[in-house]
Amino acid sequence: MEVSRDKEYIYSSTELDRYEGQVIEDLKASSQESIPDPDEWLEGELSRNILLTTVDAIINWGRRSSLWTVSCFPACCAIEIMAIEGPRFDLSRFGMDILRASPRQADLMITAGTLTWKMAPNVRRIYNQMPEPKWVIAMGACGISGGIFRSSYSVVPGYNKIIPVDVYVPGCPPRPEALIHGIRMLQRKIARTPVVPDPLEFLQKGKQE
Amino acid sequence: MTVALSGKEIASQIEEKFPGSIEESGKDSLVVKVDSLLPVAAFLKDTETLKFDYLNYITAVDYFSYFEVIYQLTSLEHNHTVIIKTRCYGRENPEVPSVIGLWQGADFQEREIYDLMGISFEGHPNMKRIFLWEGFQGHPLRKDYL
Amino acid sequence: MVTTEMMTLKTEPFILNFGPVHPSTHGVYRMRATLDGEVVIDIEPVVGYLHRGIEKLAEERTYTGFIPLTDRLDYISPMSNNLAYCLAVEKLAGIKVPERAEYIRVIMAELQRIANHCIAVGSFLNDCGAFFTPFLYLFREREKIYDLFEMVCGQRVTYNYMRIGGVSQDIPDEFLPALQKFTAKLPGFLEEFDFFLKQNEILLARAKGVGILTKETAINCSISGPVARASGVKQDLRKADPYSIYDRFEFDIPVGEAGDCYDRYRVRIEEMRQSLRIIEQAMPDIPSGPVRADVPHLVRPPAGEAYAHIEAPKGELGFYLVSDNSIAPYRCHVRPTSLINLTALREMVRGWKVADLIIIFGSIDITMGEIDR
Repeated sequence: MEVSRDKEYIYSSTELDRYEGQVIEDLKASSQESIPDPDEWLEGELSRNILLTTVDAIINWGRRSSLWTVSCFPACCAIEIMAIEGPRFDLSRFGMDILRASPRQADLMITAGTLTWKMAPNVRRIYNQMPEPKWVIAMGACGISGGIFRSSYSVVPGYNKIIPVDVYVPGCPPRPEALIHGIRMLQRKIARTPVVPDPLEFLQKGKQE
Repeated sequence: MTVALSGKEIASQIEEKFPGSIEESGKDSLVVKVDSLLPVAAFLKDTETLKFDYLNYITAVDYFSYFEVIYQLTSLEHNHTVIIKTRCYGRENPEVPSVIGLWQGADFQEREIYDLMGISFEGHPNMKRIFLWEGFQGHPLRKDYL
Repeated sequence: MVTTEMMTLKTEPFILNFGPVHPSTHGVYRMRATLDGEVVIDIEPVVGYLHRGIEKLAEERTYTGFIPLTDRLDYISPMSNNLAYCLAVEKLAGIKVPERAEYIRVIMAELQRIANHCIAVGSFLNDCGAFFTPFLYLFREREKIYDLFEMVCGQRVTYNYMRIGGVSQDIPDEFLPALQKFTAKLPGFLEEFDFFLKQNEILLARAKGVGILTKETAINCSISGPVARASGVKQDLRKADPYSIYDRFEFDIPVGEAGDCYDRYRVRIEEMRQSLRIIEQAMPDIPSGPVRADVPHLVRPPAGEAYAHIEAPKGELGFYLVSDNSIAPYRCHVRPTSLINLTALREMVRGWKVADLIIIFGSIDITMGEIDR
């Protein structure tokens, strides 16, 4: 973009704004249905043998005890996240004291705040940039269903229209104890997720193809 | 205590300088015609006895037959304040001159009124939507937005 | 032979996007900065990522039903938002607030000011590089204030405590002794905190002389609050246009001279001390009586308009209400302190480097909830 140094104020062109606006309108048109919650873990634990479950247990213990969060905190629930990082409700004791803004190094996204259609493409992009395995906690009433602003013209009614959500924590804002309870629920869910593929199943699948 | 000047006091001073620019003047506020908004505002800012150098806010209200744009000005030195209003009749493309040359604090507020109400301000260097995205249909704070 | 005159470097400015998700921007704020190397030429703020349409929602709710929405405007200091809105409705409807409620409101507003400056100073020091240590110390004090507020209204963050005509419920018996304990300990904490930071070399090098805002620019850009006072504008609405019962208390207004980031930091620390002074004067004098005027649940103010403003911790916060004698406001406009204070950012950052841009932005102390509404 041509930028001259002698102009007093430099404003960006409307071409860029129009392109971004088009992205938002496309996303809005394609997100009218909720994305279903990921629940394959519900049927995964019945028929696995002891060797696999031990390996699973060790890997899942590693994953759930050191969740690293990506910070994407639009609104008021962000203060409760600040409080939970603070000295009284210490989140570091769960292994979660890394709260950097880098999605490439994170595996948990806590969505703290109201989502608007203007912000939605950015949240989707951050979610796509996180490597597998990844989990999402929808925090607060605005995260679950749009909350007190549901009838507004620019608010997305819940994060599960844009990204799949694992745990929902209600409250406006939820107390730090409630959020810690939600994180513990997520840890229990991670503990029961099958990780290592069963070799016999694997071979059978290979034969079918 | 900040004294809220009544519209009639200021109206007489403005009428002798710019005859025909006042539409009506009441106890709380003063309605100025759209074309003479800029000279009246400059007069209010520069006169020694009035010296309104601080712009509190700009806002707009949608009464169905007209839009009303409201400015509140304060003088920090003399500690008095006045409310000025202008009206735009007609719902298609209402236009009001921008006061950004006098008070730079009007920058984002005028963009907000354009975004949410549809009133454009001529003379503003960057008249774009600020809160909603480009491509949003309509102006939400109007009374006939669904 | 190659001489230095023949080998001049060709440079051109480029645009860097500080996206809505960034570790040091306070909320979802986006900036397009035009840089020449490391030096900032100009910035263009892009806001609106948290626009929830609160002004439109006001037309659907009753006057009392709008109070929870005002909590979510400036979510770092919700009590001040409640107070400004209730003052506007009371001015419109001509309601007089009982004495006990006035004293309680003043105490809550000043406690909220201390809590807000804890986060403002903490995140400013965070941006300067003191990664989290002062922030956690200040957050410990803010947690004590949260305890006091929870005793009164049951919530830690979004209080919904003030009502039209007073406050929603009376303070319990254990509130005043707890407040006494808190005010006894806070001056010692502020002394200790200030002692470590006032002459700290790194803070002085990073913040002194950086991001200067002159007095004329501040008045022209309608800046208010600690940012304006640090530039020399001696304007505080509690003294210039007293609302509630502020004219009964004695306190000073800290005013800075240079208008740089260091002055803004010092003004905020001094304001915390003055707020403590007001609370100590208000505590012994609370009269007994009702805490809420006799106002119907569905308030119907007469047709007209009113504007009421208060000295919120960030600056002048006002509500402009238009009523047409029905149960919901015809138009409710919020004077957004942070959006107007953001106008000054452009003037302050020209010629400074990228790292200074972050500090200058942090020293203005904005909240996205108030900008975008």
